[in-house]
Amino acid sequence: MNSTTHPVSGATSHYRFKPWNVGRFVIWTLFAVALIVAPMLFRSSLALTMLSQIGYLIIICLSYNMLLGQGGMLSFGHAVYTGLGSFIAIHAMNLAGKGALPIPLVFIPLVGGLAGMLFAVLLGYVTTKKAGTTLAMITLGIGELGGSIALMFPEVFGGEGGITTDRVYGQSFFGITFGPAIQVYYLIAVYCFICTAAMFAFTGTPLGRILNAVRDNPERVEFIGYNTQRVRYFAFIIAGFFAGIGGGLATINFEIVTGADSLNVVRSGGYLLFTFLGGATFFFGPIIGAVLLVLASVLLSELSKAWLLYLGLVFLFMVMYAPGGVASLIMMNLRLAKFGKLRQLWTSYLALAGTALVGVMGAACMIEMTYHLQLNAALGPELTFLGATLNAKGFTSWFGAVFVMVTGFALFELCRRQFVRQWSRIQEEIEHEIKRGEAL
Amino acid sequence: MNPEFFVISLLNGVSYGLLLFMLSSGLTLIFSMMGVLNFAHTSFYMLGAYFAFTISGVVGFWPALVLAPLLVFVLGAAFERYALRRVHKFGHVPELLVTFGLSYLILEVVQLVWGRSTVPYGLPEQLQGPLFSLYGTQFPKSRSFVMLVALLMLLSVWLLLTRTRIGLVIQAALKYPEMVEALGHNVPRVFMLVFGGGAALAGLAGVIGGNTYVTEPAMAASVGSIIFVVVVVGGMGSLAGAFIASLLIGVVQTFAVALDYSLIHVFKAVGVAVTDQTFGYPLLKLTISQVAPILPYLFLVLILIFRPKGLLGTRED
Repeated sequence: MNSTTHPVSGATSHYRFKPWNVGRFVIWTLFAVALIVAPMLFRSSLALTMLSQIGYLIIICLSYNMLLGQGGMLSFGHAVYTGLGSFIAIHAMNLAGKGALPIPLVFIPLVGGLAGMLFAVLLGYVTTKKAGTTLAMITLGIGELGGSIALMFPEVFGGEGGITTDRVYGQSFFGITFGPAIQVYYLIAVYCFICTAAMFAFTGTPLGRILNAVRDNPERVEFIGYNTQRVRYFAFIIAGFFAGIGGGLATINFEIVTGADSLNVVRSGGYLLFTFLGGATFFFGPIIGAVLLVLASVLLSELSKAWLLYLGLVFLFMVMYAPGGVASLIMMNLRLAKFGKLRQLWTSYLALAGTALVGVMGAACMIEMTYHLQLNAALGPELTFLGATLNAKGFTSWFGAVFVMVTGFALFELCRRQFVRQWSRIQEEIEHEIKRGEAL
Repeated sequence: MNPEFFVISLLNGVSYGLLLFMLSSGLTLIFSMMGVLNFAHTSFYMLGAYFAFTISGVVGFWPALVLAPLLVFVLGAAFERYALRRVHKFGHVPELLVTFGLSYLILEVVQLVWGRSTVPYGLPEQLQGPLFSLYGTQFPKSRSFVMLVALLMLLSVWLLLTRTRIGLVIQAALKYPEMVEALGHNVPRVFMLVFGGGAALAGLAGVIGGNTYVTEPAMAASVGSIIFVVVVVGGMGSLAGAFIASLLIGVVQTFAVALDYSLIHVFKAVGVAVTDQTFGYPLLKLTISQVAPILPYLFLVLILIFRPKGLLGTRED
C-alpha cells in the first residue's frame, strides 16, 4: 500500500530544493489561491453555498481519513463527532447571542472542535481497544447509539425539528458581521486551509508515522515498544477534534442542526463512501472526495432521481478496480507523465472513455425509464432524458437502450483488453528505466 | 407483571430471537470462514422477502418458500465469485467496503423495482389466525411457523456441518484453508458455496419474516445493525454464541417495548418524589420502552468493554 504521500512527492522524490521545499510551497500556495479565488469565479449563490459546504467537508473527510487511510481504522460513526461538535457549537452560539458566553463567532468552530475531541476522548477509549473488524463494529454500535439518543432528548437536540440559531451576534469586527454568505465562506476557507495544513503536518509527526506503522504491522510496532491501542486512541482524539471543527463550521453555515439527520449512521456512511472514492491512500484524496460529495449531492441529485443507484455502482466498481480512489488514478498517471509515457496512452484513454460513455448512456436510459415507471407513472410513459424523448412503455426505446448499452460495453471490453496490454508494457518499461537509473 | 403478559411476550421474544438467529447464523458462518463481515447480509434478507412476495403472487407461498432462497443463493454466490473474490487480495477493509457498497445498491434496486413504500406481502391462508390462546391472548400461527422453520434450519445446518462430507471440508477450511487446498479440495468454491448458503439462509428468513412483520425498503437497515450486535455479543465466529445472543436480544427487546416504567417509578418506590424541576429530569423520565431501540447497542458497548471476545467467543481480535 502506498502510504500518505505528499501531493508532489512523485515529482520531487529525486531532487529536493533546499533549504525550502519549493514544490511543497507551490502546491500550498495554489491551494490557498484556489480557496480565495473560487467564489470570484463562481458567483451564483448556489455556487457559494456549495463552496462553503466543500470547505468544511474537506476538513471532515480529511479527519476521517486520519482514521481510515492513515490508521487503517474503518469507522462507521464519524458523524457522531461532527454532529456533537455541531450541537455544542450551536448551543454555544445561542448562549453567546444571549450574552451569557463571551465567544466571538470566529472561535465557535474551535468550541465544536473541543466538543468533538471531548467525546472522542470518552468514546474513543472503548472504540480503539481493538483494531480491524471489531473496531468497525463498535463504531457502528456507537453510531447507532448516537443517532437514537439524539432523538430521545429533545431538550438538548431539539427533537425532529432540530435547533436553530442566528450567526449574526455581537459587535461587528471591521464591518465583518458574518451575515452575508461570502463572509462565512471566507471564515470556512481560512479554517479549511489551517486545518488541512495542520493535518498534513500531523502526518509528519512521530505519532503520525507510528500510526502508519500500526496500520501496516501492529505486531511489529508492539515489539519495538509502542502501545498500539494508545496510538490509535490518540489519533482518534485528534480526528475527533478536526471532525468537531467541521461540524461547528457546518452549524455556522446552515444555522440549524437536527439530531435525526446529523448524527446517524447514514451520514457516517456518506463520509466513508466519499473519502474512499476520493482516495484513502493519499493525503489529498479526501479533498477530492469532499468536492465529489458536494457535486454528487447537489448537482447529481438534481439531474437524476436515480443518483444513489449510480453512486452505489460507481463505489462498487471503484472498490473492485481502483481501491486507491481517484487520487491513486491521478498519481498513476502522474508517474506515467514523469517518465514521458502519457502520450502513448491518450488515444486508448479516449477510446475507453468514449465506449464507456456509450455503454453508460444505454444503461442510464434504462434506469431512468424504470424510475419513471415507478415514480411518475401518473405523468404518462414519456420522459425526456438528456434531450432525448423516451417512451418508458415503448418497445423501441427499450430496444434502443439495450442495443446502445450492449454495443458500448462490448466495444469497451475490446478497448480495455488492448489497454491492459499497453499498460503493463509501459509499466515494465518504467521499472526497467528505474533499475537502469539505480545502476548508474 | 401478570403471567399472561409474561408468557406471550416471552413467546414473541423467542420467535423474534429465532428469526435473528436465522440471520446471524449465516453471517457468523461467512465471517468465521472468510473473515468477511458481510454488510449486505440483511439486504439478502430483504431480497428474500421481496422475491417471495413476487413469486407467491404467481405460484403461491409454499413454492416461494423454496424458490426465493434459491434465487438469493444464486445471487450471493455470484457476488462472491465476481466481486468479493476480486477484492480479497486487497485485504479486509476493501472486502467490508464492497459489501457495504452492495447493501447500498440492493436498497436502491429494491426501491426501483418494488417502490418505496410497503408491499402487501400477506400471510398464506394456512398461517393466518391464532395457533392457541393463553389466558385469553392469542398466539399467531405465523410466529410459531417462524420458530419451527428456524429450529429446522438450525438442525439441518448442524447436521450438514457435522455429518456430511462437505460439512467436514467446510469445518476444516475454517481453520486451515491452505492445508485443505493442498489436500485437493477447491477452497474458493467452498467459500462461494458458504457465502451463497449464508445469503440463502438470510433469504429464507426474509421469506417468513417478510410476511410475519412488514416488507419494506427499510427492513434491511432495521435489523442490519442488530444482527451485528448479535454476532459480536455472541462472540465472533461462534454459532452457539450467536444462538444465545439472538434469543437474549430478541427477548430483551420484546419485553422492553412493552414496559412503561422509568427511573421516576424507581424513585417513587424508595420514597423520593421527582418533579420536572429535579436535576436530570429528561433522563429520569425516559421509560424503558423509549430506550428499547438503543438497548442492543448499549449491550454491545458493555460487552466490548468487559468481555471483548463475546459470550462464547474464542478469538480476541
